[in-house]
Amino acid sequence: MNIVAPIKREMHVVHSRGDKVFRGIVTAGALTSLVILGLIGSFLFARGAQVFSQYGLKFITGTNWSSSMEEGIPSEFGMGPMLVGTIVVSLIALLFAVPMSIAGALYIEFYATGRVRKIMSGLLDLAAAIPSLIFGLWGIQIFTNFGQRWASFLGNRLGFVPIFNTISDNYGRSPFVAGCVLAAMVVPITTSVAREVYSRTPRELIDTCYALGGSKWGAIKTVVLPFGKSGVVGGAMLGLGRALGETVAVYLVLNLNFRYTFRILESEGGNVASLIATRFGESSSEELTALVAAGFVLFLLTLSVNMVASAIVAKTTRS
Amino acid sequence: MSNTSAVLDTPEQAFAGLETRDAHAWFGKHHALSSVSLRFPAKSVTGLIGPSGCGKSTYLRLLNRMHEFIPNSAMAGEVLLHGVDIYGESVDPAAIRLKIGMVFQKPNPFPAMTIRENVISGLKLAHIKIDNEDDLVEKCLNRAGLWKEVKDRLDASGGSLSGGQQQRLCIARSLAVEPEVLLMDEPCSALDPGSTLRIEETIKELAEKITVVIVTHNMQQASRVSDYCAFFLSDGGPGVLVEADQTRKMFTNPTDTRTADYVQGKFG
Amino acid sequence: MSDVTIPQPTRPWQRKRQDVVRSAVSIGAVGVLSLVIVLFTGFAGVDGWAVTVFLVSVLLIIVRGRKMSVKERGNAKVQLFITAAALLAFAPWISIFGSVLVKGIVGLKLNFVTSDMRTTVPDDELNLGGALHAMLGSLLMVVMATAITLPLGILSGVYLTEIKGRFTFLVRFVIQSMSGVPSIVAGLFVFTTYVSATHGPTAFGGSLALGILMLPTVARTSEEVLKLVPDDLRSASLALGARQWRTTLMVVLPTVRSGLITAAILGVARVIGETAPLLLTAGSNTAFWFNPLKGPIASLPIYVFGMLQIGTEYAVNRAWTGALVLMLTVFALFFTARKLGGKDKR
Repeated sequence: MNIVAPIKREMHVVHSRGDKVFRGIVTAGALTSLVILGLIGSFLFARGAQVFSQYGLKFITGTNWSSSMEEGIPSEFGMGPMLVGTIVVSLIALLFAVPMSIAGALYIEFYATGRVRKIMSGLLDLAAAIPSLIFGLWGIQIFTNFGQRWASFLGNRLGFVPIFNTISDNYGRSPFVAGCVLAAMVVPITTSVAREVYSRTPRELIDTCYALGGSKWGAIKTVVLPFGKSGVVGGAMLGLGRALGETVAVYLVLNLNFRYTFRILESEGGNVASLIATRFGESSSEELTALVAAGFVLFLLTLSVNMVASAIVAKTTRS
Repeated sequence: MSNTSAVLDTPEQAFAGLETRDAHAWFGKHHALSSVSLRFPAKSVTGLIGPSGCGKSTYLRLLNRMHEFIPNSAMAGEVLLHGVDIYGESVDPAAIRLKIGMVFQKPNPFPAMTIRENVISGLKLAHIKIDNEDDLVEKCLNRAGLWKEVKDRLDASGGSLSGGQQQRLCIARSLAVEPEVLLMDEPCSALDPGSTLRIEETIKELAEKITVVIVTHNMQQASRVSDYCAFFLSDGGPGVLVEADQTRKMFTNPTDTRTADYVQGKFG
Repeated sequence: MSDVTIPQPTRPWQRKRQDVVRSAVSIGAVGVLSLVIVLFTGFAGVDGWAVTVFLVSVLLIIVRGRKMSVKERGNAKVQLFITAAALLAFAPWISIFGSVLVKGIVGLKLNFVTSDMRTTVPDDELNLGGALHAMLGSLLMVVMATAITLPLGILSGVYLTEIKGRFTFLVRFVIQSMSGVPSIVAGLFVFTTYVSATHGPTAFGGSLALGILMLPTVARTSEEVLKLVPDDLRSASLALGARQWRTTLMVVLPTVRSGLITAAILGVARVIGETAPLLLTAGSNTAFWFNPLKGPIASLPIYVFGMLQIGTEYAVNRAWTGALVLMLTVFALFFTARKLGGKDKR
């Protein structure tokens, strides 16, 4: 017996006039946001492409940043040292920040009790709200004394290690100190994320560790740390994104210097953001374009780090 | 409610060494368990039965000192293992938990570990040296009834097994530290009937060597699997022990009318 | 039937008096030993003390640990390390809160909030001059930025959750990407376009830069808040015959009203402390006027930054006081957002 397949009917959504106006306004609003933000992105990209086609890869690798006002002498724009400086300072910051964040998150979640826990939790939230300017202020006015002491300790005792080697004795305005200040800035973010992840560890797994006769550290090592691994990595990347784009704190602490250096205790360095902040004022239009291109490179860097971070964080929330 | 105490061991059935005297439990101000005195018989299965919310799981957690992990919890009375109060001053709770193990309701193998690593995880947590790891893994998985199914994939992740297999892995894991008593908190309630039957077989085999105390709200399961039963009940106040005896007697000719009503399905 | 006498609840697992006494003795021993070492070796400052206390504690655990099992010893050592590292993590913030409070309160006199720097030099004594112009400047720019960003952000959120049109993926992608723009780059963009075209820093330019930074935050928070509204609510309204615009305006949005306000407050809290973009777009000033298109304008972060650059004693004092006001403002905003966040009707 033949069964005739049913014929599908089209279903239209017909909007009333009121709805059409509403949808129009809302779409216009969203598109305006899209256009504004997209404009920025494309502007950066256009200038970046312009500069790259003019200077090639030397823009990233070159070490000379000089703007020439005279005819006949070409300007050279190489942001290499600044880019390396950005990465070096941020990596130092991460190196200090991640272990402290993990410890801080574990302490709040598993070792602190009652009132201590509430106080620490509150402090953590407040710390995440401190503007970076205040970190820079504290960094240059208060922390430099400590940072200098530790840097000189490292330089004197471990000076044979290449990165700790120094020529001068002035450790105060070094990438090391800047990295420490950035670390203090990054720790609230990474600690909050780590704590969030650790608090979601299934209670039964932890109970099972105790039921098997384990200690608190045994439970943490066996269950909590593996469970929170990818979440913590995501948090670290978020922190890295913040450190890479940081301007004021680094600007205040570091002496700007255009040389490739991995000597983190030396008083020189810089990052892309402070390059822009320093040079925008009296720059020619040529240099300005180069600065925009440098900003574009920085933007790409932070964008890719943030995208990786969101992907990781999304994966952990899904599982 | 009256003060019932039950001695389940008899001259024929040896004493397991585990007993509670006048045990109480509180959650904050809420008095959850009142005056439970019970002596457990060795190498057998004792089922704790009763409607939900009567303190059976709370009582179970008193036995291996897991109750104290709940904030604002308190207890009273004594829990004795071979005559020593496990809540005594110089007693190390972790050492107690090595002798009195626990299997939880939801199967929870460690997800970041392989099957093999899961089995020996208890020994690693307790820092106990393992002489022959392969032998131990095979022995424990055999006792849990899982060896044949996983012997070729011991390095697979713990989470790759079915629910029933995961629960048997948890049983193997608890057995690895060689406890005298195994506490089980509704171990089959999250599993399908097929897996449930297999685990019930495993439980009966385990009881040849160790003492098993199992909380269940499934009366049929209690009658299938347990040799002795203890019936808990609450009238809105704290849970109390109404009656405890051999299973056959509890189900066919109980002493207390409340027990009779419960096993006949008149409530619960 | 005998009545059961209910015994007192006990907690035998808690620390007893002798445990507390023993801990106190240990801490005392650590303290004394550290004092001796510090006096002997001349380790300086807070960090010297901290390192000494830490090393002495490790020593104590090793000595006491001979009586403990391997597992307990490892547990105690790890506990020490974690506690030390956690304290190290918290130390900078406590230092910041403390120093901003202590150093800033010195200059927090009435004139700080009532006068500006038109007639005073940063080096003058602290009872002269103030930061009123900076605070008003920040306020003006933030209000303008919010006025532009809040409607756009909410509309974007509504588009993404209620309309879900053809551009959904693109809008969401762009918003997501642009929330990672470094603040200096946003400032640079406004500098090279608007500011160069109008010859100079203005309040409006500053508010544009701040708006660029606020927009992604407000849009994303709005979307998240709107997503939390259960679909049943919308279905119920549509089933009653209401049109979509009525549903959105009268059912969905009021439900998340406090959430949207929170989004705005969080956006403001984020940009109110931004320095770098304002450096490029708004400049600085010693006075304040309301015309946003006329010339550079002071703001609280730039005020602090500028005073710090000058570096003399009184200038730095002013910087600390400005930082104190800034921090208090940001905290006040966060507290308000937190309290509002719990008020949504579900």
